[in-house]
Amino acid sequence: MIRSEILREIAPILRDQLVVCNIGIPSQELHAIDDQPSNFYMLGTMGLASSIGLGLALAQPKTVIVIDGDGSVLTNLGTLPTIGNNAPGNYILMIIDNGSYGSTGDQPTYTGKKTDLAGMARAAGCDNVVVVQDVDTGPALQAAIEGGQATVLVVKCDSGNAKMPVITMDPVIIRDRFMKAVRA
Amino acid sequence: MSIDARIVDDLVANGIEFVTTVPCKQLAGVIDEVDRREGIFHIPSNKEDEGMGLCAGAWMGGKRPAIIMQNTAIGVTINTLATLIQYYRMPLPMLISYRGELREPVACQVEMAVHTKALLAQLNIPTYHFHRQSDVEELDMILKYTFMCSKPVAILTDANFWGGYGDQ
Repeated sequence: MIRSEILREIAPILRDQLVVCNIGIPSQELHAIDDQPSNFYMLGTMGLASSIGLGLALAQPKTVIVIDGDGSVLTNLGTLPTIGNNAPGNYILMIIDNGSYGSTGDQPTYTGKKTDLAGMARAAGCDNVVVVQDVDTGPALQAAIEGGQATVLVVKCDSGNAKMPVITMDPVIIRDRFMKAVRA
Repeated sequence: MSIDARIVDDLVANGIEFVTTVPCKQLAGVIDEVDRREGIFHIPSNKEDEGMGLCAGAWMGGKRPAIIMQNTAIGVTINTLATLIQYYRMPLPMLISYRGELREPVACQVEMAVHTKALLAQLNIPTYHFHRQSDVEELDMILKYTFMCSKPVAILTDANFWGGYGDQ
């Protein structure tokens, strides 16, 4: 499966949750598949989805699901120790690990070679790291939501992108409707 | 009252409950003070752009954030300031140690100091420079201004403000 197929499959689970979605094609795919006010789309700032989601999870009690990528996590590796030492039980970091920089033309990342993101997360202090194959994403995500424990979920899948339109929504509108969903 | 306690009192009085820090020798006292306060959640960051991401999330979660960092970090946070904090229009007080200014003993620090105000000006970030301890009297107003206009705002605090550097 590629990322967009996973997102389509887990959309019914994501719909009722606060979601912080990674820059580029991941946000475009989620926006096209199931736009919700409870989705925060990153339009820039590669690498910070996990940090934004962590700040959000620490500031309020609702479950926060971060949809991140292997390339983005590699860009902001300092996030893993911060998560390992601070993440509350309502924080789920789901890393779609397709071993490539999808938004820029599927150039390979190091996770497709020798680098093991799950191992790095564990070494950084993340206690609950789960690795699943693409077809098992839905049940694993549901279990993480119900588990009430900070979770890093590494989803191994194929490289590839769906052709989706660019998000043209104003960033302040994205942020404002998201904050209303947080408060609702 | 110490200058560190005075600064943190102003943060608390302005409803700031979420503070991320990247250390600087000049900021050690204020970071200790932040860490001691019950009403503030203190989360150290490994890098300042990561810290700004944490602050953005905390703001959207209903908590007023602040970041405490060194001016050298302006060099690594320009993209985050432009495409996250400013683009989504979020408030972010940035208490910044202004290394490389008067009374600085480390020459390399001057290399970023000479760019600091120019970079902040290029980003249209309101910038205040605390040079004397009495300048702290403006902090309360600056924090109110930051949350009024929902912008990142820089408070540059130089070595003279902190009463010298190291053994000086």
